[in-house]
Order: sequence, then structure tokens, then C-alpha cells
Amino acid sequence: MPPLNLTGGGAMTIRKQDLQRISDYLWEIPTSFHPEMNVPVWIFADEDLIEDALGDLSLTQAVNVACLPGLVGHVAIMPDVHQGYGMPIGGVMAARVPEGIISPGAVGYDINCGVRVLASPIEYQSAIPYLNDLASTLYRNCPSGVGKGGSLPLSVEEFDRVCRQGARWALGKGYATEEDLERTEEFGCLEGADPAKASQRAKRRGKGQLGTLGAGNHFLEVDVVEEVFDSEAAAVMGLQAGCLAVQIHCGSRGFGHQICTDYVQDFQWAVINYGIKLPDRELVCAPFNSPEGQAYLAAMKAAANYAFANRQALAYHARRSFQEVFGSQAGQSLRQVYDIAHNMAKIETHQIEGEELTVCVHRKGATRAFGAGFSGLPSEYRPFGQPVLVPGSMGTESWILLGTKANEELSFGSSCHGAGRVMSRRQAKRTIRGDRLRAELEKEGINIRAGSMPGLAEEAPQAYKNVSRVVETVTHAGIAHKVARLRPIAVVKG
Amino acid sequence: MPSSESPQVNNFEEIEHTADWAYRVRGENLAQLFIQAALGLYSLVGMELASGSRITQEIQLKGIDGESLLVAWLNELLYLHESEGLGFDRLEIQHLDEKNLQAKVTGAPTQQWLKDIKAVTYHNLAIRKIESGLEVTLVLDV
Repeated sequence: MPPLNLTGGGAMTIRKQDLQRISDYLWEIPTSFHPEMNVPVWIFADEDLIEDALGDLSLTQAVNVACLPGLVGHVAIMPDVHQGYGMPIGGVMAARVPEGIISPGAVGYDINCGVRVLASPIEYQSAIPYLNDLASTLYRNCPSGVGKGGSLPLSVEEFDRVCRQGARWALGKGYATEEDLERTEEFGCLEGADPAKASQRAKRRGKGQLGTLGAGNHFLEVDVVEEVFDSEAAAVMGLQAGCLAVQIHCGSRGFGHQICTDYVQDFQWAVINYGIKLPDRELVCAPFNSPEGQAYLAAMKAAANYAFANRQALAYHARRSFQEVFGSQAGQSLRQVYDIAHNMAKIETHQIEGEELTVCVHRKGATRAFGAGFSGLPSEYRPFGQPVLVPGSMGTESWILLGTKANEELSFGSSCHGAGRVMSRRQAKRTIRGDRLRAELEKEGINIRAGSMPGLAEEAPQAYKNVSRVVETVTHAGIAHKVARLRPIAVVKG
Repeated sequence: MPSSESPQVNNFEEIEHTADWAYRVRGENLAQLFIQAALGLYSLVGMELASGSRITQEIQLKGIDGESLLVAWLNELLYLHESEGLGFDRLEIQHLDEKNLQAKVTGAPTQQWLKDIKAVTYHNLAIRKIESGLEVTLVLDV
């Protein structure tokens, strides 16, 4: 029998012949592949993307996930998948509620890392003379970079309010509009968050970081809407061809990182106490209804709410920046398209193998992508479905999609979250120079503001898959359909 | 167990990982492995300490085994950086068994820290015996 610790020493390689091709865009690793697998793995990929997935340990990590107890349906792997730690990035799993498990490791450290898109009626052609100033103003107003402190210091009481209220906290402060909240996943606030379940250490890390982008792959970007594919949906979203849009990608900062760190550590005891056998210790989990499981869920929700508030604060700073550069009305006219989470565990109901089941859906590097009629959408979006925001790499296009009803049985209503890395950070730094990359991107008309040149090199477009190929796969697989394509014109990175 | 202090020679190397950072560490014993893992972490982020007054802190940690103590130890150092802006270049492991760690670390405020690390992970973590002592590979979420 192959070893359970699949990605450990002497890692088991998954070969193409281990996959069964279900359709042009769907592959399966059946449970017969490994005796410890409880569910199969479904991989959404075309011929090229499956080769990318086979190029690192992502699929081995997916098989590890499929060995967790209490899972139902299958483990869904998105076309932007890449190797992570524990669950691969671009992975989705569903555990029965209440009999199944909840896993902090399968959500990851950056709880509710996500993307927000704002749409502006300002035309790109008329904005060209101001783009350099806009990039500098956004860089100045939106704190970014390693160790950069927050723009909105919080008292202890206020911190707890952020944890409980999420983006709704910002409404009382004048940093949000009702429409922003309406157009945010979960309306910007997960019910049941309990800041008391987050450690003092987590609060200390997060206290000074609200309203910051952070570093790594987080960014703020100004785009032009290059092409519209669904004019009716785009009009409702406020997206106009030839006009500007803004993307904000960040998460729960040190607060979420520490919550996950604390619970991954605590759950090392829980797996022993509950007799849970793990393929990888990063996938620690506890029974959903156990005191440990419920404490993590309440703390995770606090971090998720912090992240919603964080992106809301950055949206406020983006509006302030537009106002400074384009005049007093430009800030208000920057309307929210949507805000979605990438790393989260959510309690949802799905049709799974003919049965309606309540499950805890863990998405890591994957977004929710529900179809038309979903009651959690604002009324104007309900006829269309949930917007799916897919940022490309810096320098390449991004996409706005809509989830489909059919997707709910394909991937528990989930979609890809970006392009997906294909080159290691180490190799990117070795082969790409940050200053040259910036010069090349600026030659293409993209204004770059970055705190670190090696950091910029790590995020070079060459380090990522082709995002449009990823989007073609999710559209052909029936997961989502296209609304608009965006092209970057200014990028702010830490 | 006698206390173990920071050595002169570095015994760690960065290895390839698609999205995050990974590095391999070797040590002649468990305490040296822990010290090398800390030095490797500090090296990867390009830490430099400010000159001037020095700060000493005592660290006490509990775990279920060597691996969980190693993760706790490195995450503690990350926390001390992020919450208090401190880094340490003199690391003394005063006691280390399978479940407890006691260390005294001396350093100063950091004046350079080039990379945010979200956490040290347990991904495939296993301390292995090799001919020269012990070896472990750590994956960092960045």
C-alpha cells in the first residue's frame, strides 16, 4: 500500500495515466488511486493546465485532502491550482455538517483573503494625462509593504466591533455606503463571529494593520474595461467599456495569520484527542461540533469580518485618491461591483449525489460562484448570478465572470481565484530583475508603484499561468461565464 | 541537557516551492536544529538589527513533539518581530525535550526585514535522522 503521507519523504508522484478524463475540461483521480481516499478528486483543466498541475505537488496535496474524514462529493481543483501547504491553492472540499470536520489548515493563514472591484464612469482616454498622478496618490493613500502600519488605529472595543460587524463597521465611520455592503459576499459580515475566540496575540498583530494592503501577491490596481461580453450584466454592475475600474486584493493581515497559527497549533492536540488520522499535519481538523471546531469557526469569522472591513477601508482610500486626482465627484462615482473571499469555510447547502446536504465548504484559493436566484445576492444581481472576480498577474488582463446554476453540482458553487503561480519565487528572483520588469511594464503603459524590487520580481507575469486560459477552462466547464475583461494601467504593490 | 548557543556556521538552504518559501535545515542535535531553523528564517527575510541597546527575552513553549515545538518556536520569533519589532542574533536553547522548550534570546529592534511571512507551517513536517545529526524541511506561507 502506498504511504499515507503522500507528499512526505519519497513523495508519490501522480502521473497523467493516474487521471481519468471525464470531458475536455474535467479530469478525475478516482478513490481507487489510494486506499485512504474517501472521495475522488475532480480537476478542472485543459490539456495545458493539467500539465502545469502535474508539474508540482498540487495534485498529491489534493489526494491528501481527499483522505480527510467526513468529506462528501469530491475534492474540486480549479484550473489555477498550484502547490501550497496542506490543501493546494485552488482547492475546494465539503465536509458534512455536523458529522464532519472543520480544518483551519484547509482555509489557510490569510483568512478571507479576497478581491474587491470598483467601477468608475471615468473614460480611460480622458484619464491618460492623470494616470501617473493617480498611481502616486493611491500609493501614498493606501499603505502597503512589509511591516507598514495601518491607516485606521483601533481601540480594543472598536477592534471587537470590527470583528463582529465586518464592513458594516465602516458604514458608521463614513468609510462605506449601503450599496458597498449589498455588493459584498455575505453583505460584508459573517454572523456568529466571536472576537473572544481570537487570542490577544492575534489582536495585537491585527490592531495596527486595518486599512493596509500588505505585501506578497496583494495589490491595488487600476484597470480599463477592455471588452464587455455580457452587456446587460455589465451595465447592472456599472462596468462600461473604455472606462476605469479598480481592483483591491488583500486579506485579514496579521490578525488572520495569527488566528490560523494558533488553531493549527491547538488542533495538533485535537487530532490526538479525537483519534483523527491525517495525511499531512497541516491539514489538522476537529469534529465540526466539537468545542475546538466551534471555537475556530467563531474566530475564523472574526478574521473574515476584519478582512471585509480592511478591503472596505482600502476602497475608501481609493475613492479619496480618485477625488484628489479627478475632482470631488470622482470618488463617489467609484461604485462597488462586488467583493469576494478566496480563503474561507462556509456552511452551505448543496445537492450532492442526489441528496440535499448541509456542508462546511472549505475554499482555499477559490471563490464562491453561485448562479442566478441565490438569495444571498443583492436583488439587482439575482437574475444574473454571483459576480466572480478573477485578477490576472500584474501586467496581464483580469476577468469579471458570473457563476452558473449548473456549477453548484460541479464544484459546490466555486470558481478559480486568479491566474495561479507556475514559477517559484526563488526562480523568479533569480531570472527577473525588478527594476527591468518595472521599466518593461511602464513601456506597456502600466504605471508601477512598488515598495520592493525583489518583491516585484517575485510577482512578475512570467511567474503565473495564462489567466485567460484559466478563464476559458472555467467557462467551458460550465462553472461561470464571461462578463468583461480588464487591462491594467496602474499597479500598487507592497 | 547542556544549553546550546548560536553557532558560527550556517546550516540551512532555500529550496524550490511554487508559491511559498521552503528551506532545509540541518543540525547535529535537536537544539542546534532549532537554532539553525531560526537563523535560516532570519536570513530568508534579510533581517538586520539596529545597533545600540540589546534586549533579552525568555521563551517557554509546550508542544506535543519535536515538530510542534519547532513550529511554535519559529512562529514565536515571527510574532516577536511583528508585534514588537524585535529580532535576535544570540539564541540560547536552555532546555529542550519532546514537549518543552526553554530559550533565552538576545537581540535588538530590527532595522531591516524584507519579507512578510504569514506563518511557519506543518506541511509534511518531519524531523529526520541523518548521518550528521538531524534534518528538517520547513514550508513558510508568504
